[in-house]
Amino acid sequence: MLNVKNIHTYYGLSHILFDVSLTVSEGEVVGLLGRNGAGKSTTMRSIMGLTPPKEGTITFKGEDVTGKKPFLLVRDGMGYVPDDRRVFADLTVDDNLEIAYQKSKEWNKERIYTIFPALTYMKTRRAGNLSGGEQQMLTIARALMNGPDLLLLDEPTEGLAPLIVRDLEEQILKLKDAGISILLSEQNVRSALRMISRAYVIDEGAIRFSGTVAELEANEEVKKKYLMV
Amino acid sequence: MDFIYSFISPGFLSQILVGLSRTVILFIVASGLSLILGVLRIPNVFHGSLYMIGAFMSYTISVAFGGGDTGFWLALIGAPIGVALISLVIERGLFQYLYEREHLMLILFTFAISLVFGDLVKLVWGAEYKSVPVPQVFQGFVSLFGGLPFPKYNTFLLFMGPVVAFALWLLVTKTKMGKISQAAAVDREMVGAVGINVSWVFATVFVIGCLLAGLGGALVAPTVSVTLGMDHSLIMEGFLIVIIGGLGNIWGALLGALIFGLTQSLGILIWPQFGIVFPYCAVIVVLLIRPTGLLKSTW
Repeated sequence: MLNVKNIHTYYGLSHILFDVSLTVSEGEVVGLLGRNGAGKSTTMRSIMGLTPPKEGTITFKGEDVTGKKPFLLVRDGMGYVPDDRRVFADLTVDDNLEIAYQKSKEWNKERIYTIFPALTYMKTRRAGNLSGGEQQMLTIARALMNGPDLLLLDEPTEGLAPLIVRDLEEQILKLKDAGISILLSEQNVRSALRMISRAYVIDEGAIRFSGTVAELEANEEVKKKYLMV
Repeated sequence: MDFIYSFISPGFLSQILVGLSRTVILFIVASGLSLILGVLRIPNVFHGSLYMIGAFMSYTISVAFGGGDTGFWLALIGAPIGVALISLVIERGLFQYLYEREHLMLILFTFAISLVFGDLVKLVWGAEYKSVPVPQVFQGFVSLFGGLPFPKYNTFLLFMGPVVAFALWLLVTKTKMGKISQAAAVDREMVGAVGINVSWVFATVFVIGCLLAGLGGALVAPTVSVTLGMDHSLIMEGFLIVIIGGLGNIWGALLGALIFGLTQSLGILIWPQFGIVFPYCAVIVVLLIRPTGLLKSTW
């Protein structure tokens, strides 16, 4: 589904990602774990084409999509949930979903509202007035309106109360059951481990570990050094 | 009615109506400016030139059809469309590559284009004054308030103001395009990341904004002498209106235009020689009280 190969990404002159490679296969939920500032969001932005890598290639569904515009990647089937949520604050919840609608995809508002019934009750509310958890739900719902085959979820649990995190985990697992592949970035390792089957650990812009959840659980050194658990 | 006149003189009321007809023109032009400023973040200095070109085009179309009623209506439709086409070419040909530039560069760039337009207009239409005839239906006066004459054409302008405001309201709040542009005004990157081709959204908004400048020019043409330089005074007023109203806010443009139009027309009553100073004083007062503009800015 997704194959990121040896990418180097810069913000202006500062070199952020060093030779990052990762893969996500169809139907898989893969974790990208690391501390704050480790390079998780930059990896996500690179894949989404928001901060294209200077070197390396990104292949999506067998096509080289390095440097492709974000809106075209969405049409190809990539969905993006940014870490700072970025709902369209001035629009209502319903309008936030409407503008993300893609005619060619089988996702529509009705289907979203059945998956996130809570959103039904806030349809007409201004997105900027929602709570953090509600906004997070809305950004995920908005990305689903794009009808993605691969969802890039950047720290969905950040700043949310533990109870809401549990809810969110269930919803994310539902998306997995719906056949959507997910690349999930998290610093909340415990929460992430409940959803993912495979993990990459990133630190200072480079991948330090890759393996299955069981392998990660067994590797005390990586856990201690990079994840602080 | 006499009851009202005992409080307010007929001259005062008719001066308010004159101010409101000026408001309509100012609003139509400034709302386009504000739309472009709010969504594309471009301070478009040649917006005034497009208004001037709208007026000149309206002259040409009107003359081509014999200066009668048909000519007027065709000009009213044709001139804004002509201006919109020019702006489409500029947007696709130049602007779409410049969105990420800083504002100073954009101001200089649009200023340069306004100079080019000024010369082009001189080449095409010459430096003489042109006048566009008022159509038959709107010739003459209606008598208002104890017999004071009020030009019929101005009543048409008073009618057009709400029509354009309503159309804009529909466009911005009810259409998908309008919603997208509201979102893009705040976070254009995220709009792209939910699958919207922001480039075309910007092109559309730009063209609609410029169309409004052309419409303003076509509407004002029968009431003024169409001439070089009408762009300069208007763009100044346009920017002031947008600033006191709140950048990027269409209702702010309406409010700003009202303040500008009414203080100008009433100022003439109070102190005829210095009537033109009043709107600028109002701008200063507004900026002292609310430096970010009266209504919420999208910046």
